Amino acid sequence: MKYLCLVYLARERWHDCPDHRCAAYGQLLQQQGRLLAAEPLHPVETATTVRVRNGEVIVSDGPFAETKEQLAGFYLIDAVDLNAAIRIAAQIPPAKNGSIEVRPVRELDLGGASAPAANA
Amino acid sequence: MDQPQASPRDVVEAIYRRDGRRAFATLVRLLGDLDAAEEALHEALRVALERWPADGVPQNPVSWLISTARFHAIDGHRRQRRMRALDDVAAAALTATEAAPMVVDGEQLADDQLRLVFTCCHPSLASEAQVALTLREVCGLTTEAIASAFLLPTPTLAQRIVRAKAKIRAAAIPFEVPAAAELPLRLGAVLRVVYLVFNEGYSASSGDAVLRHELADEAIRLARLLRALLPEPEIDGLLALMLLQHARRAARVDADGDLVPLEQQERARWDHAAIAEGAAMVERALAAGRFGSYCLQAAIAAVHAESASAAATDWAQIAGLYDVLLRLEPSPVVELNRAVAIAMRDGAQAGLTLLAPMLQDERLARFHLTHAAHADLLRRLDRRDEARAAYDLALQFVQQEPERRFLRRRRAELDD
Repeated sequence: MKYLCLVYLARERWHDCPDHRCAAYGQLLQQQGRLLAAEPLHPVETATTVRVRNGEVIVSDGPFAETKEQLAGFYLIDAVDLNAAIRIAAQIPPAKNGSIEVRPVRELDLGGASAPAANA
Repeated sequence: MDQPQASPRDVVEAIYRRDGRRAFATLVRLLGDLDAAEEALHEALRVALERWPADGVPQNPVSWLISTARFHAIDGHRRQRRMRALDDVAAAALTATEAAPMVVDGEQLADDQLRLVFTCCHPSLASEAQVALTLREVCGLTTEAIASAFLLPTPTLAQRIVRAKAKIRAAAIPFEVPAAAELPLRLGAVLRVVYLVFNEGYSASSGDAVLRHELADEAIRLARLLRALLPEPEIDGLLALMLLQHARRAARVDADGDLVPLEQQERARWDHAAIAEGAAMVERALAAGRFGSYCLQAAIAAVHAESASAAATDWAQIAGLYDVLLRLEPSPVVELNRAVAIAMRDGAQAGLTLLAPMLQDERLARFHLTHAAHADLLRRLDRRDEARAAYDLALQFVQQEPERRFLRRRRAELDD
């Protein structure tokens, strides 16, 4: 069996748990051969919602899944930027029936050495 | 064009006013970040003030500003990362090309401005953030100016811009003009932002009237810029629509700040040069065939603007244009306006027949203009008691003070 473990945090406690502890636990699971994928996310205000209705791609800001819509699955994708991610998300079949929330993955902050390079 | 006696500061300022935002847009593409581009541009302006008095103004000052800004941004970034040996190797290889002055041609500058517009109006940003960011980054308005135009505290507006920039960074919203397949929808979002800016300036509902006219002017400038960058009939349509509406600004409000309805406006006070420009523009756009709702709205505004008097208005043509608009973009408001036009063409009774189902419509029944139109038709048929009741309903739903005063006046006129 595969299980998806979803991490929920209040916005103000987003960084309460230090990233290195999450990274260490991920490493432990990996050594045990139990980790398939794990990624920390940017908070909800960075989210974009993609829907396809009548063949038209509708993009809106925020995590606007309707309250009756439940998390039904996920695709972890690699895209060059948000526009490319939106194009991929719009092709996910349930985009026609529900909503796809596109949320950027962040990097764990493990101190200066492996911080993401600034874009210059 | 530069006066020989102009001080270096004046020259730098003049070049910044004329080309600052264009240089900024190119720097955003080169550096991939709004804040980095802003900082780098400021640094380049500082260097210009230092060097131009001695060295003279460079032949291509915009390219000079961009090259200098880019060099300083990369240099600063490198100094931050000096600790990493690998970077120094890579940096040494890069330096030769980086230091060489770049020549940025007009086409590239235009393309970069268009990228920036599409980024600021990206649909993954909240609508009010799109408006604020466009005015700040593309038009170069200060945060204070935008805040006072929208009657918001400056910190609120500043935070809105900071959050939008953070999202652009975190979600990697690219600086690019959308592909052809996505262009119509994305352009729709850009035009909506431009029209929001315009309407904020146009509805003299409250606040500083002067600042609001500036917003309308800014929206027209933005549309002109877009039109120069991208040949699309709907851009012409929106620009024409704004020119035609803005042409009436002097006659829309009387000395007491009260709204003057279209049929009572003093047509001599309309800006006839703007009307001629708008009308010719919409005519060309309609002839191109691929028109949308902005072109149709502009065509309706042109019929009003070009008729010599209210009585001479060609209501048949206006009703016909509303027919097309309703088919293209069905909305309760368009339906209501169409009914009013038909009432002008075929008589008040015909209007009442069309209005009857709208008064039952949930959305339209809460809209003050539905009841105002109803009241006006009843007034024209001399059904005064019913007209009074309709004005009362309109007054119940009206939001803006000048409109409320106008409806009160109209209701009082029934007693004459």
